[in-house]
Amino acid sequence: MKNKRSLFALPYVVWMAFFVVIPILLVLFYAFTSAAGGFTLDNFRNMGSYLVVFTHSFELAIIATLVCLIIGYPISYWMAKEGPRFQRIAMVLIMLPMWMNFLLRTYAWMSILENTGLLNRLFAAVGIIDLGNLINGGLNSLCAALNGAFGLSLNTARDTAMTYFQMINTSGAVVLGMVYNYLPFMILPIYSVIVKMDHSLLEAARDLGADSVTTFRRVIFPLSLPGILSGVTMVFVPSVSTFAISRLLGGSSEMLLGNLIEMQFTGTTYDPWLGSAISLVMMVIVVVCMYVMNRFGEGEEQAVML
Amino acid sequence: MAKELIRLVDCCMAFDDELVLDHINLYFNDSEFLTLLGPSGCGKTTTLRIIGGFTTPTSGEVLFDGVRMNDIPPHLRQVNTVFQRYALFPHLNVFENVAFGLRIPRTVEENGKKSKKKLPEKEIRQRVLEMLEIVSLKGFENRRISELSGGQQQRVAIARALVNRPKVLLLDEPLAALDLRLRKDMQSELKRIQQQLGITFIYVTHDQEEALAMSDTIVVMDQGKIQQIGTPEDIYNEPKNAFVADFIGESNILDGIMHQDYVVEFFNRKFKCLDKGFQPMEPVDVVIRPEDVDIVPVEKGQLRGTVTAVTFKGVHYDTIVDFKGFKWLIQTTDYHEVGKEIGIVLNPDDIHIMHKSQYSGMFGDYSSYSEEYDEINDPTYIEEEDGNLGGRGDEE
Repeated sequence: MKNKRSLFALPYVVWMAFFVVIPILLVLFYAFTSAAGGFTLDNFRNMGSYLVVFTHSFELAIIATLVCLIIGYPISYWMAKEGPRFQRIAMVLIMLPMWMNFLLRTYAWMSILENTGLLNRLFAAVGIIDLGNLINGGLNSLCAALNGAFGLSLNTARDTAMTYFQMINTSGAVVLGMVYNYLPFMILPIYSVIVKMDHSLLEAARDLGADSVTTFRRVIFPLSLPGILSGVTMVFVPSVSTFAISRLLGGSSEMLLGNLIEMQFTGTTYDPWLGSAISLVMMVIVVVCMYVMNRFGEGEEQAVML
Repeated sequence: MAKELIRLVDCCMAFDDELVLDHINLYFNDSEFLTLLGPSGCGKTTTLRIIGGFTTPTSGEVLFDGVRMNDIPPHLRQVNTVFQRYALFPHLNVFENVAFGLRIPRTVEENGKKSKKKLPEKEIRQRVLEMLEIVSLKGFENRRISELSGGQQQRVAIARALVNRPKVLLLDEPLAALDLRLRKDMQSELKRIQQQLGITFIYVTHDQEEALAMSDTIVVMDQGKIQQIGTPEDIYNEPKNAFVADFIGESNILDGIMHQDYVVEFFNRKFKCLDKGFQPMEPVDVVIRPEDVDIVPVEKGQLRGTVTAVTFKGVHYDTIVDFKGFKWLIQTTDYHEVGKEIGIVLNPDDIHIMHKSQYSGMFGDYSSYSEEYDEINDPTYIEEEDGNLGGRGDEE
């Protein structure tokens, strides 16, 4: 009986074997071999020069995750408290952008953020850029006056008047792209935890003397931790490994791990051995991060699985 | 006289034009075990939620010590609730669940100055452990809620509410989810705790046995109205109408005519009774409890009927007897076989007379006996919220 039923799992097992297990084994194999084919650890030794890419990737992914959490939690909480009709509409609105191709959405942001893009043209039209130049000019003359009076050497970053705000090809644009694309993955798990929360628990907290702030702090928030944890995972992992967002919105100045790995496989610096090693290290770091986080929230998670 | 703590004045509650509570007037005394009893949908839980502060009555007043409380939120009321499904916090252990209320800073007034004060950890610890001992859960402090049985969770819920030393404890069908054996144990336990701490318990249930066993006062409710208030003995012996008579225990309810004080006629025969104060020739409902009927040989009987069904119940036999098409339930310790003709004798104190009410004719005939009993005897039968009349099933 049991054996027969386990046959149903076969397609998935085969799928996993071919498209997950074997690729990982290949990555492992490549990471520890050289172009010549022998065993080597050189790939890992050579990685040192890319440390800055590692730190920058993790830095941006952490910022994007935090921003998603800060925006996503209140939205989830608010949605869960509203009526079912509102919840359905809100859900559609949140999912709506996902119906469009990921690259298309990111290209759209490109044309919004470009130096001659939608936003800059808007800023120019309403005079914000002129205002910026005015303030900057004022600051410059203030610096000059102070320098003259006290013998200081203050200066502002900008000496010449600007014609646009630099938005594209900055870290900020990359973070924006990550937040925009992955925010739904933060909202959905948190929302589903909060909406399923037993209402009588909240009444019990109120009954025991907790005002709404205390109820949130001591009951709702701790009980929504499992949702936060899975939201954080679902935003952090794709953010740290993205290469499309950073290439489109970050340009050449924003080199992230994803771009670095991509380069080793498709770029002029063809080196799949190094690329595999970097992928492996990134995977290990991500797994360790997730493990630590889940240990941190383990107590709550178990409790909610009641 | 007992001190009055809470009073509901003309409380009405309407949900979408449906009147759930219809002018409820009720007061609750200090140290009293009061039960709101009725089928689901009768308004008993709504009444409890109004006292707890979870709903505001559409009209009417809620008074605590004479002060209007209608708009005071639950966390500022000196009552605590034991919820139907306990509502324990799954992320906290037993100790922290019980300590929850104590850890919340309270506003205290000292020399006219208001300030928020936290209880010292030592006092919290002492009070929690003391309360866990009262509910017989000593040594369970560090257990997770998921590791407890239903009965233990129940005790934690009670401890969590009582540790705040409320003046009034509200209990919403707290035993409904427990099995029969555990329910009986918890009944006496609850009564013991109530007497030990001397605080008011307001208890909501649809289980008449539970109500009779535990309460000082029972308030029988149906269709958003109070049907009767009284001690368990009053309610059982002197039901006010057919609904109460049928809901509390088993009753044969017959049409009768009150000829004069102490004389009632039914089945074309006059009987002596102990009731008075009715209009001459007033149509009335006559209640005869199944255990009060004496079966005698046919020739000695005031009425004669035929046995149509017998069920052995352990202590007694449930005997269904057909009197001219009207079926009575009679409980006897002697066995009378089906088909046998018997006589019965009714003493004046076996007969209870009630005024006619909207419930007349709806209850008290045992023609549908067997179906009804299947339902009562089914141990898996659990009353559904907003379902039919609980437990008893409504007679067609």
